[in-house]
Amino acid sequence: MAVAFERPKALIDIPTHYCPGCTHGIVHRILCEVIDEMGIEGDTIGVCPVGCSVMAYDYFNCDMIEAAHGRAPAVATGVKRTNPDKFVFTYQGDGDLAAIGTAETVHVATRGENIVVIFINNTIYGMTGGQMAPTTLPGQVTQTTPFGRSPELAGYPVKVCEMLSQLTGTAYAERVAVDSVPHIRNAKKAIRKAFENQKAGKGFSIVEVLSTCPTNWGLTPIEAIKRLQDEMIPYYPLGVYKDVEEGVFPKSEGGNE
Amino acid sequence: MERNLMKGNEALAEAAIRAGCKCFFGYPITPQTELAAYMAKRMHKAGGVFLQAESEIAAINMVLGAASTGVRAMTSSSSPGVSLKSEGVSYIAGSDLPAVIINVQRGGPGLGGIQPSQADYWQATKALGHGDFQLLVYAPASVQEMVDYVVKAFDRADKYRMPAMILADGLLGQMMEPVSFPEINPDAYDKSGWAANGHKNAREHHIINSLYLKPDELEKSIVDRFKRYEIIKETETEAELYLTEDCDILLCAFGATARVVKSAVNSAREQGIKAGLFRPKTLWPFPVKEINEAAKSAKKLLSVEMNMGQMVDDIKLAINCSKPVEFYGRTGGVIPTPAEVLEEIKKLGGTL
Repeated sequence: MAVAFERPKALIDIPTHYCPGCTHGIVHRILCEVIDEMGIEGDTIGVCPVGCSVMAYDYFNCDMIEAAHGRAPAVATGVKRTNPDKFVFTYQGDGDLAAIGTAETVHVATRGENIVVIFINNTIYGMTGGQMAPTTLPGQVTQTTPFGRSPELAGYPVKVCEMLSQLTGTAYAERVAVDSVPHIRNAKKAIRKAFENQKAGKGFSIVEVLSTCPTNWGLTPIEAIKRLQDEMIPYYPLGVYKDVEEGVFPKSEGGNE
Repeated sequence: MERNLMKGNEALAEAAIRAGCKCFFGYPITPQTELAAYMAKRMHKAGGVFLQAESEIAAINMVLGAASTGVRAMTSSSSPGVSLKSEGVSYIAGSDLPAVIINVQRGGPGLGGIQPSQADYWQATKALGHGDFQLLVYAPASVQEMVDYVVKAFDRADKYRMPAMILADGLLGQMMEPVSFPEINPDAYDKSGWAANGHKNAREHHIINSLYLKPDELEKSIVDRFKRYEIIKETETEAELYLTEDCDILLCAFGATARVVKSAVNSAREQGIKAGLFRPKTLWPFPVKEINEAAKSAKKLLSVEMNMGQMVDDIKLAINCSKPVEFYGRTGGVIPTPAEVLEEIKKLGGTL
């Protein structure tokens, strides 16, 4: 009998520390499916910095590096520049990528660094227990915005794909969501495209994934999916923000080497 | 052996390339910028990577990434920039990664100044970042020693899987002296057991990590590291002992200051004062055996530094406070003169 559905080889078969109903598991799975389908596990190095993904090095079967908070793009740069033939990805949350690591994020894109960034946007700091993230929506209640995020006091959310798509070094920026089967399928397609871009040396690729955090939102997993659909997607529209088919470098076959 | 006249900062860079350094990540800061500029010119031809990072923080994390894959990597900076690197240095130490960090010191605290200083002694030897860890600290006193210790720093960093620092200063970085380059074997250490460079489906996946959520596991990782430190303290100390056999007064100085002090010791000897010089070449580990040997006949010790006396405690501990340890120093970028140091020697000489 043929097996129709199984765990991707790149995803190690152990329990994760993620909360029930959290969508990290879905993103891990589709990322690993892409790695399996491209047959690149042995040539891939992942970088997971501080945040809920900090222990992801135990879940991915490729070589893994744990980075300091916000520094994954710099670490990934060091890996990629010295190993240009390898596939390098980072897996970062919103606090990591869009607050403490903003400089690293902007400059890895500016350089057109030939890597893939998987960016989990769940509008909150999950690991530390639900504080305001740079992506927290106006009015959203968190531990550090107990009366709701006030733009006058705490500013506005960072729209990462919109920001990075302005940079010449960004080859590809797409925002996806993992709230429904069609969206998950599309998210996987986007991740695949990002890795194919890296293979072709096209430059910097980022896939922003709208995700849920039922625990820190104080919602059930089903309510959390509904919030993602009703509140997050209208604020963070899904879609391709940038796609430079020919790559960001002149005659870019060699990428950034 | 071929000898070239080279500026300290450029000699550091050339030595690193010859030592098999495959990538340099840096950020401009005076007075070490010639090092990065030299790397930018030379590294590509040498088949390596030069990249100007967006910040000191990014530069040290790029070093961490490259070192994680088993490649020899280096960054350099000067005092304020090194403070920014401290987070990354702590992660490198916690992840048991080899890396070389160069600090061409300038005056501090804060933005300080751009003239030579040794005021980062405490930072380098006691706390370049959070947590229980040390880094190897070499204190060259000439351009030739800068070359030799860059080579050694790469070797020992690989050997012990830990960060190593060259603690130079703006004087050494900016001056020119003749140098020759030694024979080097950059591939002396096998990193295939831990490097995260793609497993090719031929081994288990490797993880480079400094996170241990279980206290007993974190404790074990630190205790294991400190066992290595014990071996290093036994085997890696280095010092120069100059006219110490019969000395009444033992001067202690490292780096560029030791050159000034050596002149003062010679002048003191001409005037009949039995002065000697102890010059630690490794600041961590501190050369405990060597200073006790040097201080055997001394009645007093005098530490001379370009700071406010940061090495004095280490000297007192090393000799178990068995003799008085005095201090003379200039700081903020002021370099002590041989005449000033001789005056201090005479003052103390009169009380012997």
